[in-house]
Amino acid sequence: MAYSDKVIDHYTNPRNVGTLDKSSHKVGTGLVGAPECGDVMRLQIQVDDNNIITDAKFKTFGCGSAIASSSLATEWLKGKSVDDAMKIDNMDIVEELALPPVKIHCSVLAEDAIKAAINDFRVKNGMEPIVLEKSHH
Amino acid sequence: MNIPIYLDNNATTPMDPRVLEAMLPYFNEKFGNAASRNHPFGWVAEEGVDYAREQVAKLIGATEKEIIFTSGATESDNLAIKGVFEMYKEKGNHIITAVTEHKAVLDACKHVEKLGGKVTYLPVKEDGLVDLAVLEAAMTNETILVSIMYGNNEIGVIQPIKEIAAIAHKYGALFMTDATQAVGKIPVNVIADGIDLLALSAHKMYGPKGVGALYVRRKGPRVKVTAQMDGGGHERGMRSGTLNVPGIVGLGKACEIAGLEMESEAIRLSGLRDRLEKALTVLEESYVNGNVDHRLPHVANISFKYVEGEGLMMAMKDLAVSSGSACTSASLEPSYVLKSLGLSDDLAHSSIRFGLGRFTTEEEVDYAVEVTKTAVTNLRNMSPLWEMFKEGIDLDSIEWAEH
Repeated sequence: MAYSDKVIDHYTNPRNVGTLDKSSHKVGTGLVGAPECGDVMRLQIQVDDNNIITDAKFKTFGCGSAIASSSLATEWLKGKSVDDAMKIDNMDIVEELALPPVKIHCSVLAEDAIKAAINDFRVKNGMEPIVLEKSHH
Repeated sequence: MNIPIYLDNNATTPMDPRVLEAMLPYFNEKFGNAASRNHPFGWVAEEGVDYAREQVAKLIGATEKEIIFTSGATESDNLAIKGVFEMYKEKGNHIITAVTEHKAVLDACKHVEKLGGKVTYLPVKEDGLVDLAVLEAAMTNETILVSIMYGNNEIGVIQPIKEIAAIAHKYGALFMTDATQAVGKIPVNVIADGIDLLALSAHKMYGPKGVGALYVRRKGPRVKVTAQMDGGGHERGMRSGTLNVPGIVGLGKACEIAGLEMESEAIRLSGLRDRLEKALTVLEESYVNGNVDHRLPHVANISFKYVEGEGLMMAMKDLAVSSGSACTSASLEPSYVLKSLGLSDDLAHSSIRFGLGRFTTEEEVDYAVEVTKTAVTNLRNMSPLWEMFKEGIDLDSIEWAEH
């Protein structure tokens, strides 16, 4: 199967690989997926006092599309408000990376990782976790 | 050295130039139909087929009348399993095979089940080998066929064929083997091994695609299979259809070359395979899959824990290899062969199969080692699982959201 140029670009030069201090109350961490399924994503956001995401990092165990989806997600997250980050939809990722149908689950995982990271941040800071309307699984 | 490097010789092999040369005249000047008995065009084609039949028979210790040409091993497997079931259904309706067989065997068995047959799918031991005691316990008076592959396509393990055949015969059943990966790579002898039916394919041994053979024993016992293709009654009535003369000539030549060169080639290839394995298992948390004492000389299947196989292959784009990961399949199921060895799903997802071949050089192997090492290291630096492993976190203690 041929990968799109954008997937190859993100895979070859992944943006924002790394680790933020998960004990910090300014950092939200989302860990989604399962090793048995062949993909695990860890996505982290750092949020400032104005609710703006100032930094985002990821580490992913998975195929090229999973790595590219998480790399793209971190790129999009930086500079966004937490509220706007909540609005990122997996289909935006599918479109941007031209993912084929068999790889749509990679984008779903990235969206789940974003939401999990935001909820982790909210809970850490005394807010209620946002109840996710749709479950992809 | 040409990039990308082909290390997927279990999927298919490039054709040996000597095979191509032998085939070429049969496309034009010797184009006749081998079944045309009344003119020289047919005779010439038939001569080519007869000679190829001898070449194939010689490689596996058979006689030429025992060779049925087919379109490949998939057809041979189907003809053997469905053909035996139909021919011997008065005698019994039970077939025994193993879970690590090729899909051609497994799905032919599933078909037999739909026709009212009973099939036992034997588990394998952790090293990929069939447990003889388990096989014997599965034998019944109704068992008409035991079908166990010679060498496995994914991990390369060689089954104890002689012992399996003896057990099948002890209970009056026939023994069939899918020897697609073994013939031409290691010595296979239908008499010494006690094989009643054997499937082989040309394109796995440097011959052309679209041609293979089924060996059907003629003496002690005389085995018959019911044809699965109706027509002109070619191949002693077992496989109708105009013979693929150039393909058959190519298969014959490929068998002849394998017979002459197999011994030295096996030594060279197992040397290269060991070199590759030794260099790659230096990496932490890398594991060789399958029994390492009983296996084909050219296959290495290695799991690199905490990296995912498909992602790894993408980083190894200069190498043509294959992975047990099945991220592209809708089911996301990793290799059933690796899983049946008891490998956890994450290790199965992390596996790479290196299939060396006649044209693989030492330089290519060394390059493959470097590419693989770099890719594994880079991806581990990107892997959350690797980070957790390094921090001493037990991954089994985490509640993963299975999706």
